Amino acid sequence: MEERPFSDISFEHFLNEEKLMGSKCQKCGALYAPPRPICIKCYGSEMAWVELKGKGKLAAFTSIAVGPPAMVAEGYDRKNPYISGVVELEEGVRVDARIAGIDGTKPEAIKIGTPLTVEFLHRGEGEDLKTILTFKPR
Amino acid sequence: MQRKRKLARGVAVVGAGMSKFGMYPDKNSKDVYAEAFKEMLSSVDKGVDPNDIEALYVGNFTNDFFVHQAHWGPILSDLIGHAPKPATRTEGACASSALAFREGVFAIASGFYDIVLVSGVEDMSKRTTEEVTEGLALATVPYEMQAGFTFPGVFGALATAYFARYGASREHLMNITIKSHNNAPLNPKAQFNASIRDLMASRAERARKRGEPVPTWKDEKEFLSDPKVNPVVAWPMHLYDCCPISDGASCMLLVAEEIARNFTDNPLYVAGIGQGSGKGLHAAPELTYFEATRYAAQEAYEMSGLKPADVQFSEVHDCFSIAELIHIEDLGFFKPGEGYKAVAEGQTRLDGAKPINTSGGLKCKGHPVGATGIGQLYEVWKQLRGEAGERQVPNKNLRVGAAHNLGGTGGTCTFTILERR
Repeated sequence: MEERPFSDISFEHFLNEEKLMGSKCQKCGALYAPPRPICIKCYGSEMAWVELKGKGKLAAFTSIAVGPPAMVAEGYDRKNPYISGVVELEEGVRVDARIAGIDGTKPEAIKIGTPLTVEFLHRGEGEDLKTILTFKPR
Repeated sequence: MQRKRKLARGVAVVGAGMSKFGMYPDKNSKDVYAEAFKEMLSSVDKGVDPNDIEALYVGNFTNDFFVHQAHWGPILSDLIGHAPKPATRTEGACASSALAFREGVFAIASGFYDIVLVSGVEDMSKRTTEEVTEGLALATVPYEMQAGFTFPGVFGALATAYFARYGASREHLMNITIKSHNNAPLNPKAQFNASIRDLMASRAERARKRGEPVPTWKDEKEFLSDPKVNPVVAWPMHLYDCCPISDGASCMLLVAEEIARNFTDNPLYVAGIGQGSGKGLHAAPELTYFEATRYAAQEAYEMSGLKPADVQFSEVHDCFSIAELIHIEDLGFFKPGEGYKAVAEGQTRLDGAKPINTSGGLKCKGHPVGATGIGQLYEVWKQLRGEAGERQVPNKNLRVGAAHNLGGTGGTCTFTILERR
């Protein structure tokens, strides 16, 4: 695991393995998720992988009624909107994620600050496996 | 460390043209571009010989994806008889032509050229709404796209964060929509030309003619709260919070300051010009403002020696209603969290203390993305020269106007201040 480059591809492979991973600068301690290959605070070149707990709260969200063709193909539309959000993790970093387990047809009832926990939504199999980073209420 | 910028020599705007924005099934990029170019030629008070234009800059974002044709610099260079002189395309998502404008300014300021044409073009209406949504989302940051965010979705999310932090609501955003719709009918180049009241009347009239029950709304806000009229696109962004899909082109003739009066006795000067870049939602310092806009504004203000209060009116990038609210705060016109109150008081109306988007904004003038940045500056040109007709800002001493352009989800932001001397 330590050998993997601090890249988007590694981040996605970790998601396939149901791990939410960030990179931590070994010089100044700055934490990044998704990972960064370069520390943009101190430009230290040594990073280490850190597994995040996957707990956080909803910082911003939207319930999308008009999605791109790929989401329409998944069955989402005006009657069945999906929620995308920004989640602030307990470790102090934010990630963009799909939000599940909340009714997208009643967005006015959704509260900023709602406590969330990670869920790994798998699509496809084998080499085609993709995992959508998802959070649901805890 | 940000340091004070200056141009090595001054740059003036001496001509401008813009096609009418709209959805044109029978026109392509060349057709709308020709329209803008012809108007630009006729706008130069003392005339310009097009053969004297030394370089061309073209802002364009989505044509590769939407009409499967890239490389618009030479195509448009040929259209206007500019080839074999150089043509360069700039891409900064919806801020593509503000970047063309900047490149043109730098080319002249450096002393390399004296006369350049800067421009933008976009052809969007040949695709379905879903395809346009997907194409524009190419300019979100990758993690946003994977989470299913669309452009309206990103701005919807920013709205939820702004509402939670400052106590604003959808009703406050409606003030922005109503204002844009009041300005647009005064702009003959706008895509939409109906106020919300006009739309209410025409809906009622249509129902009457069809013998259907005639809908009634007590005011504009009740109309905008009606889900049949104004459905959700990406909560809390509804249809009337979103700019339309548009085709269009815009261009401006830039010259070195010392030769400006060969072209007109009424030139505008580039007082300040700023550009910033952003990190995307997950890495932004906060979700209630755009870091890139604040950076661009600081750069432009410092260069010009002007303050937000000196800017008498401004076009801002209202791709969505919440965006206008955030921008008027980021540009320093109002304090963070105070913008929605100023809007509710009418300060940003055409007759207010700080008119914003007198053109009708992206919401009503239209948003052919690559043409928007210079399209906004076209409005500043019209206003500062006293040529804005019915929508002329009612201030006899109009001297300083500005335009703010945003690309992606705040990835590219520019702020350009023009002045009369």
